[in-house]
Amino acid sequence: MSTLAAPMPSSALDQDWRKVLRWGFICGGALIALCLVGMPVELDRREIIERYLSLGYLSVVLVPLVIGWVSASQVVLEGFESRKQGLFDLVTGLVVGVIGGGLLSLLMVALDTWNLRDPLVNWSPKLFRFLTYENGMGFGAGAWIVTCGVLGLAGASLHVVPRFARRIVATVIIGLLSLSVLEAAVSDVSEGFGLEWLTDLIYAKKGGLTLTSAFVVGAVIAVVAALTDGRVKAVTNRYRDMEGIERQKTSMILFAVVAVLCIVLPMFLGKIMNELLANVGLFLLLALGLNIVVGLAGLLDLGYVAFFAVGGYTTAVLTSPNSPWFAPELHFGFSLFFVVIFAIIVGLVIGAPVIRMRGDYLAIVTLGFGEIIRLLFMSDWLGPYFGGAQGITNVPGVDLGFAMVKGTDPRSVFYLVLFFSVIAIYVSWRLQASRLGRAWMAIREDEQVAEAMGINTVSAKLMAFVVGAVLAAFSGAVLVAKVGSVFPTSFMILISIIILVVVIVGGMGNIAGVMVGSFVLIGVLGGPKQPGLLQEFQNFKLLIYGMLLVFMMLKRPEGLVPSARRSRELHQEEFLQDAWLRGDKPGIDDDDDAAPLLVGDGGGEEE
Amino acid sequence: MPTHAITTKSARRLVSVDRFLTFIRVFLVTVIVVGFLAFIWQQFDADNPFAQWRNPGARGLTGDQFKGLLISGLSQGSMYGLIALGYSMVYGVLGFINFAHGEVFMVGAMTGFIASDKFQANGMWESNFLLCLALIIVMAVFFSTFTAVVMERVAYRPLRNSPRLIPLITSIGVSFFIQNFVLGLFGPATKSYPRLPEWLAKQRSILTFEIAGTRLLVLVVAAVSMAGLWYIVERTKTGKAMRAVAEDKEIASLMGIDVNRTIVTTFAVGGAMAGVGGILWGLMFRSVTHMTGFLPGVKAFTAAVVGGIGNLGGAMAGGISLGSAESIAPLVILEPLGVPGVSQLKDAVAFTVLVLVLLFKPSGLFGERLSSEDRA
Amino acid sequence: MSLLEIKDLKITFGGLDALSGLNFHIDEGEIVSVIGPNGAGKTTFFNAISGLVTPTEGDILFEDETIVGLDPSTVTSLGIARTFQNVRLFPNMTILENVMVAQHCRTSQLVYGALLQTKAFKREEREIRERAIEVLEFFGHRLVGYRMDQPAFALSYANRRRLEIARAMATQPRLLLLDEPVAGMNPIETAELTALVGRLRTEWGFTIIMIEHDMKVVRDVSDRVVVLDHGVPIAQGSYDEVSTNPDVVEAYLGRPVEAN
Repeated sequence: MSTLAAPMPSSALDQDWRKVLRWGFICGGALIALCLVGMPVELDRREIIERYLSLGYLSVVLVPLVIGWVSASQVVLEGFESRKQGLFDLVTGLVVGVIGGGLLSLLMVALDTWNLRDPLVNWSPKLFRFLTYENGMGFGAGAWIVTCGVLGLAGASLHVVPRFARRIVATVIIGLLSLSVLEAAVSDVSEGFGLEWLTDLIYAKKGGLTLTSAFVVGAVIAVVAALTDGRVKAVTNRYRDMEGIERQKTSMILFAVVAVLCIVLPMFLGKIMNELLANVGLFLLLALGLNIVVGLAGLLDLGYVAFFAVGGYTTAVLTSPNSPWFAPELHFGFSLFFVVIFAIIVGLVIGAPVIRMRGDYLAIVTLGFGEIIRLLFMSDWLGPYFGGAQGITNVPGVDLGFAMVKGTDPRSVFYLVLFFSVIAIYVSWRLQASRLGRAWMAIREDEQVAEAMGINTVSAKLMAFVVGAVLAAFSGAVLVAKVGSVFPTSFMILISIIILVVVIVGGMGNIAGVMVGSFVLIGVLGGPKQPGLLQEFQNFKLLIYGMLLVFMMLKRPEGLVPSARRSRELHQEEFLQDAWLRGDKPGIDDDDDAAPLLVGDGGGEEE
Repeated sequence: MPTHAITTKSARRLVSVDRFLTFIRVFLVTVIVVGFLAFIWQQFDADNPFAQWRNPGARGLTGDQFKGLLISGLSQGSMYGLIALGYSMVYGVLGFINFAHGEVFMVGAMTGFIASDKFQANGMWESNFLLCLALIIVMAVFFSTFTAVVMERVAYRPLRNSPRLIPLITSIGVSFFIQNFVLGLFGPATKSYPRLPEWLAKQRSILTFEIAGTRLLVLVVAAVSMAGLWYIVERTKTGKAMRAVAEDKEIASLMGIDVNRTIVTTFAVGGAMAGVGGILWGLMFRSVTHMTGFLPGVKAFTAAVVGGIGNLGGAMAGGISLGSAESIAPLVILEPLGVPGVSQLKDAVAFTVLVLVLLFKPSGLFGERLSSEDRA
Repeated sequence: MSLLEIKDLKITFGGLDALSGLNFHIDEGEIVSVIGPNGAGKTTFFNAISGLVTPTEGDILFEDETIVGLDPSTVTSLGIARTFQNVRLFPNMTILENVMVAQHCRTSQLVYGALLQTKAFKREEREIRERAIEVLEFFGHRLVGYRMDQPAFALSYANRRRLEIARAMATQPRLLLLDEPVAGMNPIETAELTALVGRLRTEWGFTIIMIEHDMKVVRDVSDRVVVLDHGVPIAQGSYDEVSTNPDVVEAYLGRPVEAN
């Protein structure tokens, strides 16, 4: 960062041109990269506001907006005079946007002049048409320079406008965007409740909001946001500050509400939505397991997918009549028993040697194990037992007597997944608040001291590992029963990494966070192979996941829904500083009320 | 007050873990020894009873075949070594595994592809091959170095003081991002390097070894790069700064060394080496995709650990060892034991080596060199 | 039989003898102080006993059983607890949790109990909590009440040192190793803690080995004093004997300059 006490600029034009230039190039670079990766053209298929704004154009538009905002950000340091943001920043944003737009125009010129389709697959006339609004290059270039400039200005202006306005604008944008993007879900739900007339009104025929509905709904959201200003924050703060019994009761109520929703909603949803939810649930199960391993015990297990595979293959071998070597054709329920046993065994076999390693080596070793297991399942050598690359097919669904759970009925699958998810949530919750959970926390804080306090870190970590393994194995079992077959290609390292992203983005160590992470990421963007609600992102979701992971680690490692504790952990310095700035006594710790243990000197000022 | 009931149980569990590890060690040594002995026996008597039982119909390896395996192991291994240098250097200086280093290698390979494709299109590839080769190496090095430096600046520098797992997780994100960014830019189709001109690629006989020109090129370029690196690290001021920062960042800065610049240089040099590795890979195997970096990346990390992390000579030695093991083990150890489809298991061998080294000898064959902060 | 007996302990770090020729014993109920100039090997001594460092030579016997080579957690479960010179609490865990987790080796409930919320589990959790409060109350009102649920990093320095000791107490040891318990405290806090150390012996029955630099504390509290210099014990005895021993004075102050 630049010098601490930056000199005050004399006028709006007295910019740090190097900085402006740098941000401008970053903006331009991001725009060009975005276009060349193919996202805008691909996302153009989805309309946000019918005829006026597509997701593709929105993605392009967001870049100068965000970069404009970032470039005009000030680092406000306590004790140093900070400049009041105003015209100066607007100029910054404007220029940054203009430079970005200019670079984008250069791209347009290049598109017209040369043909670089050979390496760059998205270098196409389609992109050119997209960028020029089908109106020719001059118009396109000019339009983009102006648009980007304006957007940069708008982004920067978010610093200048009062907080109230900023909040309303943000809420309206996010609200409209969500409404548009979640169209499939909303329509499905309203159809289930017989409210099609409402959705027909809001949405356009080909998708997206109509212009009128955008205005109307936008206005409604703005009004609501204005009225509830500050209330939401107050409520969440109240919840966060709750302790003990009160918190338990509130949590229970919240949980009950969510539970009822989960049970009732699928009955009103169509097949596709249920399929999606079932998928989300499977990943949620995996994420909850990894959450115990990574979030609670602090073990970065990159080979987590191995346990997923063990569960899947055990179920397949034990229940399918096509199992090559040994086909007892047990009922799913019986095979579940063996799934647990094998998960524990494999967990111990992999975990025991690995647990004593230092963190990063542990990550790589587990990665190695994960790959070895996948390669073994895929090999010709073990083919006679596990079906090799062809896997095992014809795995029956789950016969519950009163109902049949099979892949063709997503709703039943969802309920099965829900059942296991509830188990996983319960397990996480209970373990966290137990002797073992405390041991895990201590190990995460300072392993050497934990050892010195009498905690056998090896067995504590091993237990976390094994519990995580069992949960992953459950997920594998359900997946295989749902899909009806098992293939080694379903168990790539990719899955471990995506689950890691979900856990981290949602909030490590925090059950609610993991749930939110699963819904938002897997539900909207999709899993490794399965599409989410927004199928347009199919080719780009991995890119976004990578970017998200980096972004979260840099800016908000505690996740979207942090546990209060984890937030403290990662922002310890800030927490203390804030307390000091607010005038709280050093640490919540004043000894004035404590009776001095010594008679005589009348107590004295303890620190 | 204290109860001793817990003591025996936890002590017991630790002992059983150790016993389990010893069992694994013994099992592995047995497998390797038995496999090797079976191999030797099979060489002399192809129809011996053991071979009949486990591996009927096999005929063992001829001397030429064996030499061929050795050469391919050596050339593959030197590519792993080039990539391993980057892992080793970054771990030595910053104390974390740069998961995305494999992607730096892939960027080099991709750049090489694009450049060589263009050169072939306009005929320069055949007419002026050496110039083309030099140019594509320069371009690949440029882009991979650029990638490495940007990576450091954007993703790793802000996390300089974080607990070690955080940069590791970030590097996973970076790796993911680069892989898919390249996929987005260039598409999923496999890219093919043009063939090397015949006069370079033909078989040559050197000291009774039959070696393809391509492999020879790989070995030569790798050796030259290593020499260059050695010179930089041992003989230049920059290299000295790199070694100092790797030893102890704080003290180095007190000695007047610009730690940030040196770290950037470290990333750059590691990236350059990986870029060269990428070119060689492309010339050797002629196919590149966005996923090309993953497997060699993990294997190169294994090589770095085998040689002793932080130890540059060790990284190269580790690479060669791993390459040779990967080449030879399936045919010399696994096949005599009757394991079918051994070529599939080549990767499994590499991963097994990874796991074994990290379990049993994490300091590597030649000893690790970590900075004072990271030494356990 | 001495509670702890150390025979010819030698610890070498890369060519340097951190400790050598150390013979030591302590009987149940004693308070022994270990003093010496900086770098004398005192913390290494503690590290060796608690298992964080393995001796190069020599033996350490606790209750007549050798404890050399055991894991630190095993050593603690056998009944030896320690505090750290640079207070190493679990900063993000609450005060109560810090003291609860220290009872890990004295309790046994695992996954089964936690998941099924068995009576045994609930009982044990209750007992852990009660014992933790009992330990914390030893330090007066400072660490109990609403404070118990505050994170440990928010504590003042003196309270952190107290919590450190509370944590060690909670492991229910027979032998307590205190590493510079009053370092950085002002005279009032020091005097208070000195009294507490005495009470640790009389009320809780701990045997205590204490590393200290503050001679007043050493004098007020110790039965015996051991002086280390450069890893070698140079004197043992009561405070008065040791403080007038010329070798000890020399170790601290150097040899007097020969008068011309």
